[in-house]
Amino acid sequence: MASAALQPPPARTAPHSAPHSAPPPVLREFSYWLHRYRRTWRGTVVISVANPLLFLAAIGAGLGKLVDHGGSGYLHGSSYVAFFAPGLLAAMAMQTGYIEAAGPVFQSARPQGNYRAAAATLMSPTDILGGHLLFMAFRLALSATAFTAVVAAFGITGPLRALLLVPAATLTGMAFCAPVAAWSVTVTRQARLNGVFRFVLMPLYMFSGTFFSTDQLPGWLHGVIACTPLYQGIALCRSIVAGTATAGGSALHTGYLAALVLLGYLAARRTFTRRLNG
Amino acid sequence: MVAEGLRKVYQPSGFTAVDGIDFALAPGEAFGFLGPNGAGKSSTMRMISCVSPLSGGSLRVLGLDAATHGPEIRARIGVVPQEDTLDEELTVRENLLIYGRYFGLPRPVVRERADRLLEFARLTDKADEQVAALSGGMKRRLTIARGLVNEPEILLLDEPTTGLDPQARHLLWERLYQLKSEGVSLILTTHYMDEAEQLCDRLVVMDGGRIVAGGTPRELIEAHAGREVLELRVPPGDQAVTAEKLQGLADRLEPLPDRLLLYTEDGETALAAVHARGIVPITALVRRAGLEDVFLTLTGRTLVD
Repeated sequence: MASAALQPPPARTAPHSAPHSAPPPVLREFSYWLHRYRRTWRGTVVISVANPLLFLAAIGAGLGKLVDHGGSGYLHGSSYVAFFAPGLLAAMAMQTGYIEAAGPVFQSARPQGNYRAAAATLMSPTDILGGHLLFMAFRLALSATAFTAVVAAFGITGPLRALLLVPAATLTGMAFCAPVAAWSVTVTRQARLNGVFRFVLMPLYMFSGTFFSTDQLPGWLHGVIACTPLYQGIALCRSIVAGTATAGGSALHTGYLAALVLLGYLAARRTFTRRLNG
Repeated sequence: MVAEGLRKVYQPSGFTAVDGIDFALAPGEAFGFLGPNGAGKSSTMRMISCVSPLSGGSLRVLGLDAATHGPEIRARIGVVPQEDTLDEELTVRENLLIYGRYFGLPRPVVRERADRLLEFARLTDKADEQVAALSGGMKRRLTIARGLVNEPEILLLDEPTTGLDPQARHLLWERLYQLKSEGVSLILTTHYMDEAEQLCDRLVVMDGGRIVAGGTPRELIEAHAGREVLELRVPPGDQAVTAEKLQGLADRLEPLPDRLLLYTEDGETALAAVHARGIVPITALVRRAGLEDVFLTLTGRTLVD
């Protein structure tokens, strides 16, 4: 002890061993995005909640009347709005997921972006990725909750099923977020983000069963569509609302979407590290 | 800080940005990398700040190996990147708070430091304004304040005053002097010779990924440029003829597109000799030699094109 007392005190408190009170790095990045969201949330309400609800009102209730009047075997006795709502929820989760993972990741990875600032501190690229993905999951859960609350309020689905819809929609959105983040961190031209939205996301939106049952399509096309993540997300959400969920089917849909999240995350860890610490 | 044979090769292009450089720095020193765009200065800075792995050679920062102790080094250095990387949506103070949290500093500590740093950067009255509303000079000072939030022992500044007006530059230099007097080591890159002369105790001149000369500003000027420069402006067509007539009047003669530079110990005497030979330049100017001349001598090119 005597020799230790003779040691000169350190000149300054080096912060490299973070104090115990500090949250883990992933949460620091999450808190940055939350902080930012406090300023930007108003705009996102329109795109993530108001727009889908307008869609639901116009197509579900308006067009739905026409469909229900004609009657359709593909609906298995349910109303069109009850068929359409879970499809729209999953499609909305895909769209929100893409919007959150494409633009912000691209912007943050540019030389003047926030990722660059964080990478110069104690944050590793994996921490930065993890915190941002966590925020995307938060955004998806928030939008899904708002949408589901309205759907439940109109009696389209019961409150218990609504509770299950939120994680199902969030998982669907994350199945897009993780792979899209892995890709968009490597993008150098913003126009490419719009291109993928128009030529990949929009066809998925139209043909994955959002508006109609894919059983109506030719068999071979149905097989192709069944392999897309949005189809799996819609199938999961729709089975919850319709009360037709089976253990095997739900496990298959959930497993497929979770595998996409995991693969996307693993790929993103590599691309983030290469871009930020290259 | 000691670097030996430091190299950076970018993949997959195979472009060599830094091609085997050596340098060493003492604590408390202000050290500069001077060179034109593309000389390898920023790549060197990124390796020192441990966000870009070495392709070859060795680098020790604060006695730690940069290849294996990245986080430990980053905890003790401050980084002011070439691009400001500020969040324009957030306020001035929020930018400092977020950055401090990235270092895992407790909230009260960051808040107290943010107040002091705002004072230091002369931004206290802008604390709650959005960054988007700040001028270029203010953003730069905020980036510097942010780089100090972890109380670093070394501050890295990549092109600290590029794009700023003269007044903003002088205020920034004055702030950097104060940091230096407080014992913070400064490492900066610049392509402005006046900035290097103002701020650096010692500097190296980089060109094409290599160090072509090093020393104090005065040593470099004496070794590579001499004491004074006589600048002669002559009619555009007469350059070659005039240069011919000027042979023997100076230690060295450097023809530039718009003027002739004569490196000499005594500019006035040389000018008298020019007149004695019957040469009548449009304008003539005698000035002290500077780092711009060093660069011109070493590479045959000017720093800012």
